[in-house]
Amino acid sequence: MSLADKDRIFTNVYGFQPWNLKAAQARGDWDDTKDLMKRGQDAIIEEIKASGLRGRGGAGFPTGLKWSFMPKEPRADRPSFLVINADESEPGSCKDREIIRHDPHKLIEGALIAGFAMRARAAYIYIRGEFIREAETLFAAVQEAYDAGLLGKNAAKSGYDFDVFVHRGAGAYICGEETAMIESLEGKKGQPRLKPPFPAGAGLYGCPTTVNNVESIAVVPTILRRSAAWFASFGRENNKGTKLFQISGHVNKPCVVEEEMSIPFRELIDKHCGGIRGGWDNLLAVIPGGSSVPLVPAAEIMDCPMDFDGLKAVGSGLGTAAAIVMDKSTDVVQAISRISYFYKHESCGQCTPCREGTGWMWRVMERLRTGDAAIEEIDTLFDVTKQVEGHTICALGDAAAWPIQGLIKHFRPEIERRIRENGGALEAAE
Amino acid sequence: MSDDILNEVWPVADAPQIPDEAEVRARWGAFAWTAENAETAKAIIARYPAGRQRSAVMPLLDLAQRQVGAETQTQGWLPVPVIEYVAAELDMPFIRAYEVATFYTMYNLAPVGRYHVQVCGTTPCLLRGSDDVIAACKNRGMAKGKTTPDGLFTLTEVECMGNCANAPMVQINDDNYEDLDYDSMTHILDELAAGKQPKTGTQNPQRHTSEPEGGPTTLKEMVSANHDYRKEWGA
Repeated sequence: MSLADKDRIFTNVYGFQPWNLKAAQARGDWDDTKDLMKRGQDAIIEEIKASGLRGRGGAGFPTGLKWSFMPKEPRADRPSFLVINADESEPGSCKDREIIRHDPHKLIEGALIAGFAMRARAAYIYIRGEFIREAETLFAAVQEAYDAGLLGKNAAKSGYDFDVFVHRGAGAYICGEETAMIESLEGKKGQPRLKPPFPAGAGLYGCPTTVNNVESIAVVPTILRRSAAWFASFGRENNKGTKLFQISGHVNKPCVVEEEMSIPFRELIDKHCGGIRGGWDNLLAVIPGGSSVPLVPAAEIMDCPMDFDGLKAVGSGLGTAAAIVMDKSTDVVQAISRISYFYKHESCGQCTPCREGTGWMWRVMERLRTGDAAIEEIDTLFDVTKQVEGHTICALGDAAAWPIQGLIKHFRPEIERRIRENGGALEAAE
Repeated sequence: MSDDILNEVWPVADAPQIPDEAEVRARWGAFAWTAENAETAKAIIARYPAGRQRSAVMPLLDLAQRQVGAETQTQGWLPVPVIEYVAAELDMPFIRAYEVATFYTMYNLAPVGRYHVQVCGTTPCLLRGSDDVIAACKNRGMAKGKTTPDGLFTLTEVECMGNCANAPMVQINDDNYEDLDYDSMTHILDELAAGKQPKTGTQNPQRHTSEPEGGPTTLKEMVSANHDYRKEWGA
């Protein structure tokens, strides 16, 4: 089982070649786009459904199914919108950046085709503010597409009018949540909305809206060119396709790489990352899907298939396929505490359990890090994570709770050891 | 690192003390777009549907901060009269623009130095040595949330910047510097202080961007030529 280069979608992912339109076309982008669109909106949606593509932003919702929720006949006074989530801010994640700065035309062509399929009038690409140079490339690539007649009126000579706009964020992780992103696009604080109504019913400017991740959209033209069956030939059932994996932390050679879904963790690391720093015996734990998912101890992750179901089976998740690797030199409590600090910093403040809870959890985590706590506080902390989880408008509360739950589940003896060594256990017993 | 979090004053450039209002009004009360930025602002507003010009508040605040930066030879910041100006341009209440300016971290609500040194300290960078990057900054007299007396550097520890496969990293004004260690960070700061532009992106001579160090394990044809893999699709 090995993905061949010819089956990789993002061939310029490392930017060895130019990103511009001419170079992208030489690689196969924008090749008879109008013929792909001629298949018709429903046929495109069916093809994407058949490919098994699941959203690449973390939740893994089937992409074609999501599109099918959009109105078949949008009203003139309520046009439909496609919003593309390029607010890549999940710690560990760094794949959308590579698509945008090195292969932007895959995203722009995908925006036209996906927007057409869901009968949208325009796409807004919401790119995180800190991607400054990346946004410059994206603006320039969109302009190239307009100048070549690939966007705008009669886009790519398809007879369909479609615009693509780029909107820069300004530093707020929460805007990666789809309704917060819509709020932000409307010029407000990025605070998530209650659902329902779902964006497909009332989203941007109250109009029907679908929010998709950059990678989900950028793979669409290739899937249509090569067929659903081709895409579905990779990965296990229910976990189809190729995927950009991002490996950071204690591997010998961190990298971003496109691989087949369901590739075993060990194979991914040995093949592309030069192994674990200090060897496999030195592996402590892995956060396999970006900071929001619980960590997985070494023994359980080593031969785990890197896909939605495989990681769910070990109590974690694929998320954005951003693996944060920790070897035995890691202060694992500090590593998770720093993630707790991240969520405290990024909580939008709208829901009390998250606004108060993220700060509270971080402060306790910091005391657990130094052992300045009582053993019972571990249970109290766990209980508080359960109070936060599921009691907020969006999933940031859950995302703040899960890493701590994972730590307590797998590393409780280590936390207790610190408390004992600090004399905390004694104090509590007195 | 986490000791720093606990012990240092955490108001940083995105949550600072607002400077004295009278002084700020005297200096910035007459703020208006330059001719060039007036054109840019018009083009930005045109990206959004008619009547939805408020959507442009974020890009216009960014534009305004950059104009202030150009006038002050710094990264720029957003004095209250400038936020008022943007709100008026978009026909929206000042407080709505102000709440946007205070919500997002990239708007500086107090003056910063010529170079805003934003070191990522989130876990993927922490695991790869962001402490050493911070140490290099401190060795040059920087302190988190403060500007050096010469006005050259403001240090902020920021949250994940999305360069995790090239950790640790720093963003200084508009550029990223990746795969850092103490020495390379020191070198970058030295270059900037000397008025030179250091090499941006990865500082690892064995890397081009986010491929594995020493050369890619995949797509090797792409290194030297714009290879078209379609010819092999049928195979």
